[in-house]
Amino acid sequence: MKVRDNSYLVEAKDVVKYFPLQFGLLKRKILNIKAVDKVSFGIKSGETLGLVGESGCGKTTIGRCILRLYDLTDGKIYFSGEDTTVLEGERLRKIRRDMQLIFQDPYASLDPRMTVGDIIGEPLLVHNLVKGNEYKEQAKEMMKLVELDSNMSNRYPHEFSGGQRQRIGIARALATRPKFIVCDEPVSALDVSIQAQVIKLLTRLKEELNLTYLFIAHDLSVVRYISDRVAVMYLGKIMEITDSAALYAKPLHPYTQALLSAVPIPNPEVDRQRSRILLPGDVPSPLLPPTGCRFHTRCRLAIPKCKEEEPQLRDVGNEHWVACHLA
Amino acid sequence: MIETLLEVKDLRTYFYIDQGELRAVDGLSYTVKKGEFLALVGESACGKSVSALSIMRLIPYPPGIIVGGEIIFDGKDLLKVREEEMRSIRGNRIAMIFQEPMTSLNPVLTIGRQIAESLELHRGFDRESAVEEAVRLLKLVGIPDSERRVNQYPYQFSGGMQQRIMIAMALSCDPALLIADEPTTSVDVTVQAQLMELINNLRAEFDMAVVLITHNLGVVARHADHVVVMYAGRLMESGPTDAIYSNPRHPYTMGLIASVPRLDLPRDRSLHVIPGLPPDLTQLPRNICPFAPRCEFRDKICIEARPELEQVGEDHYVACFRHNEIKNIGRA
Repeated sequence: MKVRDNSYLVEAKDVVKYFPLQFGLLKRKILNIKAVDKVSFGIKSGETLGLVGESGCGKTTIGRCILRLYDLTDGKIYFSGEDTTVLEGERLRKIRRDMQLIFQDPYASLDPRMTVGDIIGEPLLVHNLVKGNEYKEQAKEMMKLVELDSNMSNRYPHEFSGGQRQRIGIARALATRPKFIVCDEPVSALDVSIQAQVIKLLTRLKEELNLTYLFIAHDLSVVRYISDRVAVMYLGKIMEITDSAALYAKPLHPYTQALLSAVPIPNPEVDRQRSRILLPGDVPSPLLPPTGCRFHTRCRLAIPKCKEEEPQLRDVGNEHWVACHLA
Repeated sequence: MIETLLEVKDLRTYFYIDQGELRAVDGLSYTVKKGEFLALVGESACGKSVSALSIMRLIPYPPGIIVGGEIIFDGKDLLKVREEEMRSIRGNRIAMIFQEPMTSLNPVLTIGRQIAESLELHRGFDRESAVEEAVRLLKLVGIPDSERRVNQYPYQFSGGMQQRIMIAMALSCDPALLIADEPTTSVDVTVQAQLMELINNLRAEFDMAVVLITHNLGVVARHADHVVVMYAGRLMESGPTDAIYSNPRHPYTMGLIASVPRLDLPRDRSLHVIPGLPPDLTQLPRNICPFAPRCEFRDKICIEARPELEQVGEDHYVACFRHNEIKNIGRA
């Protein structure tokens, strides 16, 4: 076992994930959807790393790569210093106990034919952490932890509202007492008033249980609120990564700037005074991403160099990393 | 004095389902002036979409039925006109766009054909000139290379582009009112910014009023002139956008605004949480304030009677028994 610098709980090194697309006669032609293309970052223990970007930028794929739900095309992922990309069988199962996932859709991610107690307890059975019916008691404990009425453990998911279902999903993720949780758009499907409840819950649980989060979302205001550091992705690449305060106070990448300016502030007076950068067009296809900097086709500051040479992610001071020739 | 275009008066749309009578919209009133941008705000199932469908008279019956109220558009009560006349108003004088453009477009017809259809139906274009007009409309909504793309099918466009096509279709008959039901909910923020900017520019260009149905308080702050806040099928507060945000008078409006994380405020600001869940509309007692069960300012009166709308400022109305006391208490 190769053990690395242990300041990071999770570390992604040059992670590449392509999805092959077969077409043509006999399906012999293959193009790769470059979902994630050489992405590196680390998450310290007890930290929340926010991952933002538009649909199709690869943020969900990264989350799934870390959990080994996908096998990488190339690169390495270390969890507690251990290379997870080579793990198999029992060792993989063991490490998975420490990392869990919370899904976006609280309707699709719960089996409608299982009771809530069985749903929350299932991970304990899968990982052989309990004997017999012990899981039922533990599921009730978990329900209390996420502020659900534990007397309702015999009910079915359809009897709960969207916000309550998301709490069930969180309770299930916490059942095996993991160290690390990938939250994949956990509040996007919820109403404003319920969203605030779930954000508060996630923040409280992180403190109480000393958790580490990878928080994937497209809502920049929510990500800023919950994250210690934030990474901005575009077309499979990280464009900028730094601590949350710096990113929002002084975004350096033109894409981050555009993304932030697109978010309207719920206060008309403040919003009127902000400068707005409208990005032209749509995100290009990840099948044939643009040459050089992937953002150059939509960048208002692009120079000829941006088309030819791919900018590397570099530290411009105070752990503020940017992939832009002009920053 | 700007002319009133649409006046919704005491609209009541109920659904009769197995669980009983569901009052999806229960006594909603508001007016839209010519060329005005009005936002209907509220959370899921607060009745905002049902109220829009009621204007179009598109409530599925059974189980839904508009049991009362008036919808005065261009001086005529839409609830009283005959179905044929309604058909000539729908999609012509009043156009509507929806949340999921892909499900609103016909997948087996070219977009040119789909836009041309309403031009032929409502404006008497022939087949050929209708396609020419479709190309012009696509250009107007910012679809590049529209001469070629008019012959493509919906799946060949991105979500943002599909929504632009829906807007082109809505504009084809030069409507006086555009109802947009969560038009940017399924798209990314940068595309959302593009689409909202487009809708707002077109509104000025065509002198068209917009009723935007949304739960995004940021979009409302940026674009709306007037805001109507709904909860559990009822109107809680309505007023000019600046007044609603700088001086909200209903506890629900206050709570909603305070519970959104904001980019312009300190990160460590504690988020306000509205406790509990929206009520089950079939179980909700009729003669109470529907927000009372979740309200931090609740008093005895709130669960004994139903608050009426009271004027609290210019064009600013609130339905709360305690709005004056709350104003003095301030936000906890």
